[in-house]
Amino acid sequence: MSLKTILLLIPLLPLAAAAVAGLLRNQVGRAGSHWVTILGVAVSFFLSVYLLYLQIFQGLETQNLSVYTWMISDGIRFEVGFLIDHLTVLMMTVVTFVSLMVHIYTIGYMAEDPGYQRFFSYIALFTFSMLMLVMANNFMQLFFGWEAVGLVSYLLIGFWFKRESAISAGLKAFLVNRVGDFGFLLGIAAVLYCFGTLDYLEVFGKASGITGQTVTIVAGFQWQWITVICVCLFIGAMGKSAQAPLHVWLPDSMEGPTPISALIHAATMVTAGIFMVARMSPLFELSDAALSFVMLIGALTAFSMGLVGIVQNDIKRVIAYSTLSQLGYMTVALGASAYSAAIFHLMTHAFFKALLFLGAGSVIIALHHQQDMRFMGGLRKQMPITWLTAWVGTLALIGFPFMSGFYSKDAIIEAVHESSRFGSHIAYWAVLLGVVITAFYSFRLLYLAYHGEPRYRVDIGAGDHPPNGVLQHAPHESPLVVTIPLILLAIPSIAIGYITIGPVLFGGWLSDAIQVLPQNDTVAAVGEHFQGPVAMAAHSLGTAPFWLMITGFVLATFIYLVRPRLAEQLQQKMPGLHRVLENKFYVDELYQTAIVRRVLNIGNELWKKADAGLIDGVLVNGSARLMGTLSARVRLWQSGYLYQYAFVMIVGLIGMVGFWVMLK
Amino acid sequence: MLTLTHFLTLGTILFSLSLTGIFLNRKNVIILLMCIELMLLAVNMNFIAFSRFMGNMDGQVFVFFILTVAAAEAAIGLAILVVLFRNRQTINVSEMDDLKG
Repeated sequence: MSLKTILLLIPLLPLAAAAVAGLLRNQVGRAGSHWVTILGVAVSFFLSVYLLYLQIFQGLETQNLSVYTWMISDGIRFEVGFLIDHLTVLMMTVVTFVSLMVHIYTIGYMAEDPGYQRFFSYIALFTFSMLMLVMANNFMQLFFGWEAVGLVSYLLIGFWFKRESAISAGLKAFLVNRVGDFGFLLGIAAVLYCFGTLDYLEVFGKASGITGQTVTIVAGFQWQWITVICVCLFIGAMGKSAQAPLHVWLPDSMEGPTPISALIHAATMVTAGIFMVARMSPLFELSDAALSFVMLIGALTAFSMGLVGIVQNDIKRVIAYSTLSQLGYMTVALGASAYSAAIFHLMTHAFFKALLFLGAGSVIIALHHQQDMRFMGGLRKQMPITWLTAWVGTLALIGFPFMSGFYSKDAIIEAVHESSRFGSHIAYWAVLLGVVITAFYSFRLLYLAYHGEPRYRVDIGAGDHPPNGVLQHAPHESPLVVTIPLILLAIPSIAIGYITIGPVLFGGWLSDAIQVLPQNDTVAAVGEHFQGPVAMAAHSLGTAPFWLMITGFVLATFIYLVRPRLAEQLQQKMPGLHRVLENKFYVDELYQTAIVRRVLNIGNELWKKADAGLIDGVLVNGSARLMGTLSARVRLWQSGYLYQYAFVMIVGLIGMVGFWVMLK
Repeated sequence: MLTLTHFLTLGTILFSLSLTGIFLNRKNVIILLMCIELMLLAVNMNFIAFSRFMGNMDGQVFVFFILTVAAAEAAIGLAILVVLFRNRQTINVSEMDDLKG
């Protein structure tokens, strides 16, 4: 099999599987649909691993293949092609692995859902789109993948389309992403304008040529072209990776089924923005201003979203806010020129956050779709595997030494500390304090769900729709299709950081894709002190992040485990703070009054006046009415009597002949 | 001495008669058909007169054609009339206003 065939098979197999599961859903049936999609994604995964093997052991060079030329317009080639380097293959492996786990998990999670085949079709389609995004070698294909994952995300958030809240959450995700995509599209247009090509390598080759060139957008202000391009591209990343102030869609996207929260809204799609910025590192490196912007946005997101996560009661929303906060960490790393640290955290985060989401999903199945943590508690006895894997995920998330999250998060914090860019001080404090918050909300979730006394009641005669906190059956451990993915995800959550930090982060594994100017190279500065993963873990015991994490852990343990009533008392002591956090800093309300309501008003006016009034009323129905009135008059002339017609004919004839004679 | 004018006048009189017949007749479709025939004859009269006085035989050839066509037309017209009568049990012209708008 040639390399090109392998590269084509990797994205196309999930696409074919999606087509079979979706279009032939009645023919293949429920079991058929999960078999075909799992098989497609599994083969993709193994082929990706094979590529990784080729790169590690056979020294496979960077491949830039053009597969198909869509069109050539005014000298600009629009192509489908693959740029295969270490960054791409790393992303492909992570995406296909998490996707495979989620596929298997879905068999258990969606077992009783009538939309079973549709769901499998969508997630396989998502895998295809995401692979197209990461494998792209040009901006057009990147944009295709970008929009395709957005579309599938929309379809999956609104998967339960009979629920009002799911429909509006899907719409919200789509519209907020549109804001980001507008910036992204402008960025791509600016790239095309400046460089005259959409191909990555050509653009990167010409990138340094436009430094110093400026553009005037608002009269009186000169902007560097490169800064404009980078900021526009990053606005796209803000939409997709849910950075403040475009983060509002991600918590609402939890309306979708849990497997997609794990796959799309934690592990892969939302990290597309991070991946994109890392891929564009040759451009971003040239603009300090854009990177400062990136870092400040990331710091704001990392800190504030973690705070909101503390007061949420919905188990999935806590993890969603945690995802926002972790995406903020990655963005801060990007801003500090520590692109490889961001990608490293992206990878470890994909594993442990997917694990946490799937674990939450396992709890949700056990409690018959109860997501409110106030009605959980004590589940460690009934669900030992889920409980243990949740511990693994939590320890990885808070950055406990030797866990995967520890290496990636510590690397980010250190890199930001090394950075001297404008805003790096604020960002450093934000990510440092974020560690306390992360530990606090993570353990809060763990204690509320799995420890303490059960806050639900089992009542066999409760009927089909029991009130909150009442269950028909006692909760029990989920089936194997659910627990095996949890275990398989727990393994990399523990070990992947320890194994890969050396080569990936400090060994220059990603240096074929990521370019950092020597004076900005914060990762290398951190790497000077790196003496192996064990030494790094041992060294961390004396550093601030470790003790801050312990602080968060102790606080959460005291408040939620030792003194369960303390949380309520604190809440009553600080009602203002609690209300602000509970309402997520009123960002939704702000958008609602400042933008959404106005747009709706304009839309209503346009609908009533322009559409219903002018177009429908005057133009369409108006012309029909005019014809009606006219013909109502004219039809009276038709008497139906032959002799009258004959008379008119004769008169007309005489008139015409007379006229002709007169002319003569 | 009969001149061309006399013949043309006769043609005009015949034509006007048939025209008046078409307009005034409100009772009988057969009379309508007869009026049309008469109209054709008036035209024939003009043809023959012109032919005779111009010394050109073409006009008389035309008359034969017109007579043939008129005969065929009368046959078809009467056949339609029979069907019409079967359907409506009447041939009263003032009742035939199905084309009324």
